[in-house]
Parts: sequence; C-alpha cells; structure tokens
Amino acid sequence: MAIPSDIETTFLFGRLNLHAIPADPIVWVTFVFVAIGGAGLLWLLTKYKWWGYLWTEWFTSVDHKKIGIMYIVLALIMFVRGFADAIMMRLQQVLAFNGSEGYLNAHHYDQIFTAHGVIMIFFVAMPFVTGLMNYIVPLQIGARDVSFPFLNNFSFWMTVGGASLTMVSLFIGEFAQTGWLAFPPLSGIGYSPYVGVDYYIWGLQVAGVGTTLSGINLLVTIIKMRAPGMTMMRMPVFTWTALCTNILIVASFPVLTATLVLLTLDRYLGTNFFTNDLGGNPMMYINLIWIWGHPEVYILILPLFGVFSEITATFTGKRLFGYTSMVYATVCITVLSYLVWLHHFFTMGSGASVNSFFGITTMIISIPTGAKIFNWLFTMYRGRIRFELPMMWTVAFMLTFVLGGMTGVLLAVPPADFVVHNSLFLVAHFHNVIIGGVLFGCFAAVNYWWPKAFGFKLDPFWGKVSFWFWVVGFWVAFMPLYLLGLMGVTRRVRVFDDPSLQIWFIIAAIGAVMIAIGIAAMFLQFYVSIRNREKLRDDSGDPWEGRTLEWATSSPPPDYNFAFTPVSHGLDTWWDMKRFGQTRPRATYIPIHMPKSTGTGVIISALCTICGFALIWYIWWLAILSFVGVVAVAIAHTFNYDRDFHIPADVVKTTEDERDRVLATLPAAQPAIQGV
Amino acid sequence: MSQVHTTAPGDFWETEPHHHEDGASTSVGFWIYLMSDCLMFAVLFACFGVLGGSYAAGPGPQDLFDLNLIALNTAFLLISSITFGFAMLRMMLNDQRGTLIWLFITLLFGLAFLAVEIYEFHHLIHVGAGPQRSAFLSSFFALVGTHGLHVAFGSIWLVTLMVQVSQRGLIPANRRRLMCLSMFWHFLDVIWIGVFTFVYLLGMI
Repeated sequence: MAIPSDIETTFLFGRLNLHAIPADPIVWVTFVFVAIGGAGLLWLLTKYKWWGYLWTEWFTSVDHKKIGIMYIVLALIMFVRGFADAIMMRLQQVLAFNGSEGYLNAHHYDQIFTAHGVIMIFFVAMPFVTGLMNYIVPLQIGARDVSFPFLNNFSFWMTVGGASLTMVSLFIGEFAQTGWLAFPPLSGIGYSPYVGVDYYIWGLQVAGVGTTLSGINLLVTIIKMRAPGMTMMRMPVFTWTALCTNILIVASFPVLTATLVLLTLDRYLGTNFFTNDLGGNPMMYINLIWIWGHPEVYILILPLFGVFSEITATFTGKRLFGYTSMVYATVCITVLSYLVWLHHFFTMGSGASVNSFFGITTMIISIPTGAKIFNWLFTMYRGRIRFELPMMWTVAFMLTFVLGGMTGVLLAVPPADFVVHNSLFLVAHFHNVIIGGVLFGCFAAVNYWWPKAFGFKLDPFWGKVSFWFWVVGFWVAFMPLYLLGLMGVTRRVRVFDDPSLQIWFIIAAIGAVMIAIGIAAMFLQFYVSIRNREKLRDDSGDPWEGRTLEWATSSPPPDYNFAFTPVSHGLDTWWDMKRFGQTRPRATYIPIHMPKSTGTGVIISALCTICGFALIWYIWWLAILSFVGVVAVAIAHTFNYDRDFHIPADVVKTTEDERDRVLATLPAAQPAIQGV
Repeated sequence: MSQVHTTAPGDFWETEPHHHEDGASTSVGFWIYLMSDCLMFAVLFACFGVLGGSYAAGPGPQDLFDLNLIALNTAFLLISSITFGFAMLRMMLNDQRGTLIWLFITLLFGLAFLAVEIYEFHHLIHVGAGPQRSAFLSSFFALVGTHGLHVAFGSIWLVTLMVQVSQRGLIPANRRRLMCLSMFWHFLDVIWIGVFTFVYLLGMI
C-alpha cells in the first residue's frame, strides 16, 4: 500500500511531508503534463495581460450571466478529469484478466472510482446545472439579476474551492478509496487513517456551502423577481424545474452537511456516531446520506427536464403539450424524491415491509416521469419538427432515458434488487439515466443557449460528429455492463478470474473510446465555432424562433438584461410579443440600478479552501488562522454599505440605439408567426 | 392557465420607472436560510433520537444532567429573546440609544447562556463523560454544541451590528440586518426549547 505506515505530525506542517507525494509513476507523468499545461496557461495569461481583465470582468463579477458561464467552464474542466478517471477504469478492466493485475494497483484503482463518482456528480453535473439555471432563469423571468448577486459570486467560488481540494488530492496525498458516498466504518479513521477521506469531506463541505447558498439565492429570485403578470402558472417550464430543483437543494444539502460533520467528528475527535463500538451505528450514516442522495439525483435531472421541454416546444413550433400536467409532474417528483431513499439499500436489513413501502414509492415516481415523456411526444406529434442539434439531443435523450428508467423500475422491485444489487447492472442503470438524461440535457442546453450567451451559433457539423459518437458510444459502452451485471459481476472490482467476461469489457472500452471522440469533437466544435463566429453570427437575439423571454433581448444580453421590464400576459411571453408586434418598447430610457462587483467572494472562498487544506493535513495553526480570516473578511464586508450603482440613462440609450441599428439591418422579421 | 389571445392583451413592457424596494428579498431569503439550518438540527435531533439510548455501559442522562443548571440556562436564553424583542420595539420607535441598550442586555444574557453551557461541558468531560464515551454522549454534544456554536456566532453578529448601528444609526440597511438577527435569535430559542424538552426533560424521566 502507498499509505505511509507511521505518519509523523509536526507543528508547522501537520502530517504533510515528503511521503505525501504519491509513489506512482502514472501520477508523476500526469503531474508533468498538468504542470507544463498550467505553466503554459499562466504564461499566456501574463503575456497577453489578461489577468486584470479576468479579475475585473469575470472573477469579481456579480453578473448572473458571467457567473453562469464560469460555472459551466468549471464543469467542463472537471468533466475532462472525471472522464480521464473513467477511461482508466475501462482500460484496467480490459487488461486485468488471465492472471494479469492490470496496470493500476488496488490503492490507485480505488481512488479512481471514488474520484470519478465524486467529481462527476459534485463538480460536473452540479456546476453545469447551476450554471444553466444561473444564466437562464433571471432572463426567463424578466429580471436584471438574481436576488443576492454577491452571494452568487461567493457560491461559485466555494464550488471552485471544493473542486480545487479534490484536484490537489491527486498530487499531494491521496483521495478517498471508499466509493463516492464514503460509507462508514470503511470511511472511519480505523480503516481510512490517511488523508483520502479528509480530502473527500472538506472538498464536499466547502463546495456544499456554495451549493446551499446558491439554492437559496435562486429560490428567492424565482419567488420574488418575476416580471409583472408572470404568475406561477405562467412561468416557463425551465424556471419551474429550476424552482423545484432549488427547493430540493435547500431541503437536502443541509442533511449532507450535517452528516459529513458527524463523520468528521468521528474521524477527528473520536466520537461514536457511525463506529462499530461504544454504541455507534453505521446504518445511521447510510440512511442520512441517502436522504440527501436521492433528492440529489432529482436536483440533477429536473432542470434538464425543463431544458427538454423548452427545446421540444421551440423546435416543433408549438406550445408545450400539457403545460399544467408538466408542472404538476415536476412538483410530484419533488415531493416523492424524499420518500424513496431506502431503495439504495434494500439488502441492508430493513425487512420485507419497509422494503415494500420504498419499492412502491419508487415505482410511483415513474408515473410523473412517464407523463413527462408523453407530454414531449405529444408536443412533437403533428409539429413541424426542426432537427437542429438541441432537438437531436432531446430525441436521443428520450430513447436512452426510457431504457434507464425501465431498468430503474426493475431495480425498484426488492426481490429483483437482491439479485442485481451492487452489480454492474446498477452501474449501467445510473449511467444510463445520468448520461442519457443529465449530460445529454446539458449538451442540448449548450447548443440551444450558446447563441444567447455569445451571439453566434455553434458549428453544426462538429456538433453532429460529437452527437453521433456520444450517443452510439454510450450504448456500446454501457449495454455490456447490463449483461455483465445480470451475469453477476459486481461493481468496483479490479481483477477478474473468468476469462469469458473479457470480451464484454473490451466492447465497453470501445464504447468509452467512442465517447472520448465525442468529447474531443465537442471541444473542436467550440473551437471551430469561435473561429467562424462571424459566419455563424446571429444578430436577431432569437435564432431558434424562441418562445420565452430570454430571446427577447440581444445576444449576448446587455449587463442589465432588459432596458424595460417585460410584462407577461400568458405562457410563452416572447411568442405573444412577436404575435402582436410588441418586441421593442419605445420610451425615454431611465438609469438602471445595478450591484457592484466585489472581490470579497474570491477572498473568503480562498480562505475557506486553505482552511480545508489545513484541516486535511492537521496543520492546526493554519486552520485557525484561515478560519479567523474568513470571519474577519466576512465582517469587514458587512461594513461596506456602498454596494450598488446606476447605469446612466445615456449609456442605456447608446446600447439600445445600437441594438435598434443592428435590428434594422436584418431582413424584416417574418410575420409568419401565426400558430400558437 | 393562459388562454390564447387574438388581440394584444395590453402592454408588454413596463416603461415607467420600476421601483424595487431595496433588499425586498432579504427577509424571504433569510427565512429560507433558517429553514435549511433547521434541517441541520433535524439531522442532529434524529441522531439523538436513534443513538440517545446507546450508553455503551457508560453514564446516562440521569447520572449527568443537573436540571437546576439547565433551568437557569434556559431562563437566560428565553429572557434574551424577550430583550431582543424590546430592542426591536425601540428600533420601531427610532430610538437608537434604547435599541443599543437592549441589544447589549441581550448580549449579556447570550454570553451568560454560553458560560453556563461551557461550564456544563467542562464538567461532563471532567467526570469522564466526554463525547467519545458513548454514542449517546456523541449525539448529545453534537446537538447541544451546535446550538451553542450558533449562539456564539449570533453574539459575534450582535456585536458587529451594535457597532454598525452606533456608526450609521437606524438606516434601512441596519434595520433589515437587525430584523434578520432577531429572527435568527428567536430561531435559536425555538431550537433550544426542543433541546430542553427532548434531551434534558425526557432524559430525566
């Protein structure tokens, strides 16, 4: 094992010493590449003097649009890391047959599957979804920003802090070897004595603060900042799903925080919450973590259900079929998501009656989800469907997700679960819903809203290359895992005895390579689109004949989003505006009240990250110092009462006149919008 | 639900200056924050509910708790809530001096509460009933200690606000902050009533 057997603790550096560098050539090579890449990036930033620009225009910005984009950039960076973990696992499982140990030792392999799960959920899916909500929700409800713009910036940087701690664990120390939920007693100090689980805990705690605060922020934004006339039942479906998601965040992340605090106390102070002796109860942890964990999967998927609803309505040129039932289905899922957590551990001794209850509630959840699928299908029925990239991803989602949903219902049957639990069947199931639902949804959303954020469309050719490699790659990579699971192959296994299984792992690995090509094509799509941005330019602000308010402003929108507040008279407000030719208001411009940028969010979360690092390595003086720093900076921030400014009326006028000029150069807007 | 209009149902833009009251969302936001905090306590209460009987052959509540001390402590905290209410009443009357005086009294009661709690914890650890002794004591210390930490941070916040009120007076921003802190303070009172009932009183039966 790579864990130092006796760890000396010094005052100055805690247990951080030269043994902390992993004795693993794979990590060294990775480090060399990361170091060269990082140094190159820093050099470029310095050479072109981008530091000042990044600091003033992005890092300290409280503009929800910029924060949304930064969230998505973070998600994409972490996605590359998470995918690297995935492909390493695939390769290991291809090689480790016929007496071969593969190329990863057990200590390294266990870290990889843990890091893969943690990164993909917390630092890819969560920031991606939060970024989309951040960018789109205020625009869809006709607001100028979120309710608490500073808090928004702070939340983002806390997420970055958590992600940084997770990344640092690759080169200094180790990451947890416990699986992504760190069940005790394995995650207790007895079985995981070194820093892995501590990296896990503090990475998630730092990021978790950000997630909870951003949940509160978006929730209040949707409750309080909707445009006049936009009643709850006139909100766009994406905003509805964002509302439900943020309710889930606020009502579940505190449970995660508290549970991890208790695990921390067990590890640091020797308490007995989840230990095997002195009255502790590990099942308590497993219940608590899944009381957070199940709502978490709906936190991830609900906003994408909203994305698919927007896209389906837009690209079929029809109103969404069954808006009301869509809303109620979303709300039902929100409530039901709290009543199913035990299906994650049917086999852990709850007994037949309890298992039946949770099996039934789980199956009931498939009803509102099925209603949604039918609503999308009926929206498409007799619609004039345009198969642009967002719509292609939506169709791929519907086909893929239905399979994942059905294997989920199968797993919800407790006796069936006893057969396939903890197997690759389960692994295939949740990748089926998370890739087929969350990731496909994120890609649909990126292709759909990219023109809004940057003023030009994404290149369709490379988008289609990415699409086909992704979708086919997904099916090739995960169908073998269903089969292997049915054959009884358990998850998280490093070496195999039965040579007949190897072929399925080879097929899965081929699928993973296809996905890798899909990912490369996606980045190439971004690159090609940015290079050809003049050719792909969209000046109308409404490239897809959209229906909701985000398309009512320019692309990218001005800092203040809307010069005047839009008024809603029904669903699909922008569609209504276009029907009645009321797309541009005419009136005297007035100064616009806006929040000021501030660096406090960056500073506090940097201090929190340092504090987390110090706690991981038992560097107590640094932990205390940085914590006092956090409190001091936070208090100092409250002494600054001068937090906003006004954009003068003539600046607004200049911006809006320029917009009028650009719109006048476009071919006359087609008056062909007749249907509803 | 919206019906389909055939004529424009009215103006689609509000061209008059749209006045948002400063910080109109703050109280809703703070309420939601308190509810999320409440969930953290819910987890700690649940842990105490499950683990509170696991003494691991160690001392139980009847061996450890001194109800007289806890009654005193509870009185301190409840009175501090009342005095915070008086501070808010003075604030409504625009009486800066009165507000500050009542806030100071609240602070004293808060600190008295903390002092008694620290004494109690010290005593428990001293007699060998520290948080490591059993799951019951782990969950006891976590629940009561988390509440105490909240009171400690509330006190730091209180001092900060007293400085800000004396610097800038009862301006709308400071009134909003006082309102938030008062909700926070009363919230801790409600939590304490739960702790007092479920941990101390039921423990002594």
